[in-house]
Parts: sequence; structure tokens; C-alpha cells
Amino acid sequence: MSTPSFEKNPILLLVLATLAIAVGTIITMVLPFAWVNSEADRIASVTPYTALEQAGRDVYIREGCNNCHSQTVRPLVADVLRYGDYSKSGEFVFDRPHLWGSRRAGPDLARLGGKYPDAWHYQHMAAPTAMIPASNMPAYPFLSDRPLKPATIAKSMDVLGFPYTQAEIDALGSKNEMDAMVAYLQKLGTGIDWRQATAVEIVGDLRNPFPQAATAIAAGETLYAQNCAACHGSRLEGGIGPELDGSNYDDEILFELIYAGISDNGMPAFATLGSEKVWQLVNFIRYGTP
Amino acid sequence: METVEYNYAIVRSFITWSILWGLVAVLVGVLISFQLVNPDLNFAPYLTYGRLRPLHTNAAIFGWGIGSFFALFYYMVQRLCRRPLWSDGLARFQLWFFNATIIAAAVTLLLGFNTSKEYHELEWPIDIMVVVLWVAFSVNIIMTIVKRREEQMYISLWYMLAALVGVAILYLVNAAEVPVTLFKSYSAYAGTNDANVQWWFGHNAVAMVLTAPPLAVFYYFLPKSTGVPIFSHRLSIVAFWSLIFMYLWTGAHHLLWTPVPDWVQTLAMAFSIMLIAPSWGSVFNGYLSMNGQWHQMRENYLVKFLILGITFYGLQTLQGPLQAIRSFSAFIHYTEWVPGHVHMGAMGWVSLVLFAAIYYLAPRIYGRELYSIPLANLHFWLALIGQLIYSISMWIAGLQQAGMWHALNSDGSLTYTFMETLVEMYPYWWIRGIGGVIYLAGLAVFIYNLIKTAQGGKQPALQAAPVA
Repeated sequence: MSTPSFEKNPILLLVLATLAIAVGTIITMVLPFAWVNSEADRIASVTPYTALEQAGRDVYIREGCNNCHSQTVRPLVADVLRYGDYSKSGEFVFDRPHLWGSRRAGPDLARLGGKYPDAWHYQHMAAPTAMIPASNMPAYPFLSDRPLKPATIAKSMDVLGFPYTQAEIDALGSKNEMDAMVAYLQKLGTGIDWRQATAVEIVGDLRNPFPQAATAIAAGETLYAQNCAACHGSRLEGGIGPELDGSNYDDEILFELIYAGISDNGMPAFATLGSEKVWQLVNFIRYGTP
Repeated sequence: METVEYNYAIVRSFITWSILWGLVAVLVGVLISFQLVNPDLNFAPYLTYGRLRPLHTNAAIFGWGIGSFFALFYYMVQRLCRRPLWSDGLARFQLWFFNATIIAAAVTLLLGFNTSKEYHELEWPIDIMVVVLWVAFSVNIIMTIVKRREEQMYISLWYMLAALVGVAILYLVNAAEVPVTLFKSYSAYAGTNDANVQWWFGHNAVAMVLTAPPLAVFYYFLPKSTGVPIFSHRLSIVAFWSLIFMYLWTGAHHLLWTPVPDWVQTLAMAFSIMLIAPSWGSVFNGYLSMNGQWHQMRENYLVKFLILGITFYGLQTLQGPLQAIRSFSAFIHYTEWVPGHVHMGAMGWVSLVLFAAIYYLAPRIYGRELYSIPLANLHFWLALIGQLIYSISMWIAGLQQAGMWHALNSDGSLTYTFMETLVEMYPYWWIRGIGGVIYLAGLAVFIYNLIKTAQGGKQPALQAAPVA
């Protein structure tokens, strides 16, 4: 067998290897630029980041949040139920770089904006276990001690080509990195009005499946400590959220409030708990003794 | 017979430093694995999981992986070309610049200067250092090959040359970014485009850094260790060209179910399945080279490392395409399964082959017989057991996590909250951490053995080796 000539000619081998590499590269990496982020992809309601939000995004990158948190909801039943409407390409046109991530050691954050009130985020960033007792997220209290650098942020906005006003930049002087981070987190996924579109609609009659049952109340007490106490107080006395007095509600109304949330005042939807656990919570709040 | 004065000093120096960076990678890996079970082990701001995890991956891939490839390529290229390095001075410069780059990388990552792109976190000034480093290395290798005294280029040289050009293209394209300050830049690409470019890079960094170079090492050191040639030259040719052609299509299998265009995802899935053929071409070539030599698995510790290494390569290249299938990806992507997969490649395939090559070189670079073969065997078992505990615990963890994430009640609502799934991971993370500690113990045995060898093992029994 005669030896193929690439085995005797390193320059030929380099050229052939480059060609072999180029084919797949051009088709799967270069060609998509013709479609992606084109006009067809655009979503009119998706806006660039404000100076404060972009500053928060830079902190998110600096702290490596993307090592544990993804930012794309897949069009899969469980993903959409847990996190919200699936992600669209046009929602990311201002993301340089993208922050989709590759792992969910923590939950996906693509639809985090508007889920919790600001106060929840401030407390959670400073001490995650204060809001989520079993959390393994590191605490970032030092962000509150670090003032923003308005001049650098203005340069960033110029590089990114995002609109801003001098007043907006001047206002950053009194803000810190925690403010920026919370502003960024509240922006995530809000470019489209998905909460209205995917709001839970409860059809048919609701009926408490275990009214005043002791086991349901006990289970509800545990669930309350894990999911509600951070905002409504360990004894229902209130905090970030209002004081809870079970006698103010019907079982069915309370179920709906917990299951679907109240999208305009920061009460998250707890549909992710599943209906059975929400009923247990209803029984604890209405009939338990905190 | 003509004798050639090979430059082994540079090989020895690169090995020393690559092992040091490998030790850093494993130490940091063990620390961050325990941070996941105990958040109090995060020491903000510099030593949090988010800043340490890129340090772990960069130290492993660039410090240990590429550092060792520098050493082994410089050894192989001289032997296979029957001539000394084209430039000893350039190689010397490269050694110091390599360490300067790794130190700069470690410091800037801990300070929080990073691009967020996985396996390409280094900010633009350090990107430039990496490019200088790669050019210096490539020029030296290519010029040594061009001026070789052996007409035929052996398989290992093909993989080396492909890796040189492949890494250059991948790194430069993915590094396109606009600087704002000395340590802050923004990607030239946005959103979905940025993601697609990034995983074209990310997956092919696996091809050009963690597949082609260790295959070059394997194809050289297996015949050297067993004393019998590679089974089929023709199979080597087919496997080589089909591997470097097919790999570049597969990046988007990291982006299944994301907004990346469906046809890009489908191509990535199809080519990932096709990649089984060239990958297993090399696995079969390795196995069939052992025809009549399997007794060496018992007698020759080097063969044990190499054959287990290529076996993990084979398993890796079956598991990888499985994960690239849409339906399976929907289940296990984003779970702990994936670190299990990655570490079988890193701790199993790549590192076992590197350990074998370094053991083979020990007598040649230190001028002494290896201090202790029983210790090398102990290292083998610690590495194997540590890696298996790591990977298997993560696979089980990932399946349980995926099952819980997707579980639905009969009324169609989710069965588990995210936190209920997270707390289930803690026992597995403990077990994984213990696997890491065992692997670290193996690494300590390896380093001890090499230090004792360098400090005065027995004089080698080898004669001045014949050229090539």
C-alpha cells in the first residue's frame, strides 16, 4: 500500500485538517447568524437593560452565578410548570454574553423577574437560608457595602449601545451592588407578558379534600415553615408579606391565592407545590395553631 | 548509529508544573464539592463556589491537561522526527509564559474577572497571553516536524497538528469581545448566537484539547509500553479524518430544547451519534493491538493505565451521544448526571493516559528507575476507585434528580418543589466528595513516587535508547 501523501507533508495535513474543521463550523455555527437575532426574531416588548440592571448583570457574571443557575426555560411540561413560559430567542437579543448556563444546582432564573418582591431578594442575597432554610447558596452580604462606579457603567452602556440618560447615570452614585443585582433579577424574563398568558385558571368547584384533618394541618405546618414563614413570619405575624389570619378567608379563596399567587403584589404562585400540598397549607393556615 | 541529543529538560519542567496545577485543580475540586453540601465553606468574596468552579476547570484543562500535552508533545515530536526541538529557547520562553498565564488566570478568576463563558472564562488580556502561548508552541512543533529526519509522520503527529489548528480557530472565534476596561469585556455576539458560538467552542474544546491530544499520547505510548505496534494503520487513518470532520457539527447538543434553531440541534444530535464510529475506531485499534498481549495487563502497570484509559474513552463516547439525543437530554440535562459524565472523561480517560505517559517517561527524564512500581499500582487503584465513586454517585444522583424534577401529580401539577429535589442531592454530594478525596490520595502517591524517583532511585538499566 502506498502511503497517502498527507502522512509525508505536514503543510498538506494542516490544510486538509482546516478544511475538515471548516465544513461543520460553517454550517452549524456561521450559517445560523443569517436567521438568529434577525427581524423575524425580534419581540417589540423586549427592551435593553437599564444602567442599573446592566450593572447588576455584571455583578451576576463576576460572582459566577451562571455556574449554578441556568437562564432558559425549555418547552417541556415540567420546565414550564416550575419556571414559567418557555424561552424565546428574541428575549435574549440584548444579552452579551448569554447566560443560559449548563446546570441547575440552583433553580432556573429565566423567569425570576416579578416573582418575589424586592425585599425578598435583598434578604435572600444577604442570607439565603433566612428565606429558604435548606438552601446551599453562598451568602452575598458584601454586595450592600460596595458602591457602584457610574463612569464605568456609562462606558459599558456605550459599548453595548444601550440608551441611557445622564440623570440615570448620576443616580447610580447613591446605589450599591446589591441594588443593581436586585434590579437585574427583577428584569429577568419580563420582556414578554408571560404571567398573564400562562396564569393558572382554576376550573370547576374547589373542595378542601381534608377539611381540618390533623395530619393535613401537621403537614401544612412543615410546609409553612419551609415556604411561607420567611415572608409571613413563623407565627403568621407578617413580615415582607402581610399578617395571616385564617379566619379571613374561605378554604377555596385561600387555595387560589396560594396556588396562583397575586401577580401584581409580589405573592408568588405556589402551584409548584402541587395541589395536595397547597391544600395542606390551607388547612394549617385556617385551622392550625401556629 | 547516529545519535541525537534530545531536549528532555523541557519535558521534565513542563511535567513538574503540569502536575502542580493538576494538584491545584483536584484540591479546589474537593473544596467546591463540599461547598455544595455546606455553604459555610464559601469564603466571600474570593473563595465562593461561583468563583472557584472556573478556577477548578481552568486549572484542570489548561494547567494539568495542556501543560502535560506541552511536555508529551515535545517528547514525542523529537522522537518521531528523529531530531531535537526546532528551538530550545522558544520552548523555554513558553514554559515561563505558561506558568505566568496560569497564575494570571488563577488570580483574575478569584478576583471575579471572567467572561462567564464555560471553559473560556479568562478575560481579554489573558486571552492574548493564551494566544501568544499557543503560537509559540505551534511554531515550535510545526517547524520541528517540517525539518524532521523521518519521512513518514506517525499517527500521533497527525492528531497533534489537527489539535494545533483546531484550538487556534476555536479560541480566536469564541474570544471575540469588546473591552470596556482592562478586565471587563462584552462578547461580540448576542443571546442565541452567543450561545451557539460558545457551545461550538465548548464541545470542540473537548475534541481538540481532551480528545485529539490524549489520542496522540495513546497511539504513541501504548506501542512503546507493550512493545507491539498499533493493530491497523488503515483504521487509524479512517478514524482520524472522520473524527475531526464530524466533531465540529455537534456543539448544539449542549443546547437541545433552547431557542437555538431546531435544524442546528437536529444536526448536532445526528452527528453526535455518528461520532461513535470514529471514537470506537480508536478504541478497537487499541484493544486489537493487545491481541496476544493481554497478559501484560497483569505484568505491566503502564498497560493497565492505558487500557483502562481507552476503555473510559469508549464509555465516554457512548454515553456522550446518548446524552445528545433530544429525549434523553430533556431528562438529564442540567442535572448532576453531567458532572458524572465529564469526570469520567477527565479523571478516567485523559488523566489515566497522562499518568501512564509520565510513568513511562520518569526513567528517561530523571535518569533513574521508577522508585516504586507497587506505589504506581496503588495510584492506579486509588484513581480508578475514586473516579468510579465520583461518576457512579453522580449518575444515580442525576437520574433521581431528573425523575423528581419531571414527576407530576395525577391532576397535572408538579410533585416536588425544587428544594425537595435539592436536599435529596446531599448524600450523593457527600459520596462524590469522598470519591474526590480518594482520587486526591492517589495523586499524592503519584507525586511522592516521582519525587523519590528524582531524588535518587536506582540508576536506569536502559542502554542509550536507539533513535526513535
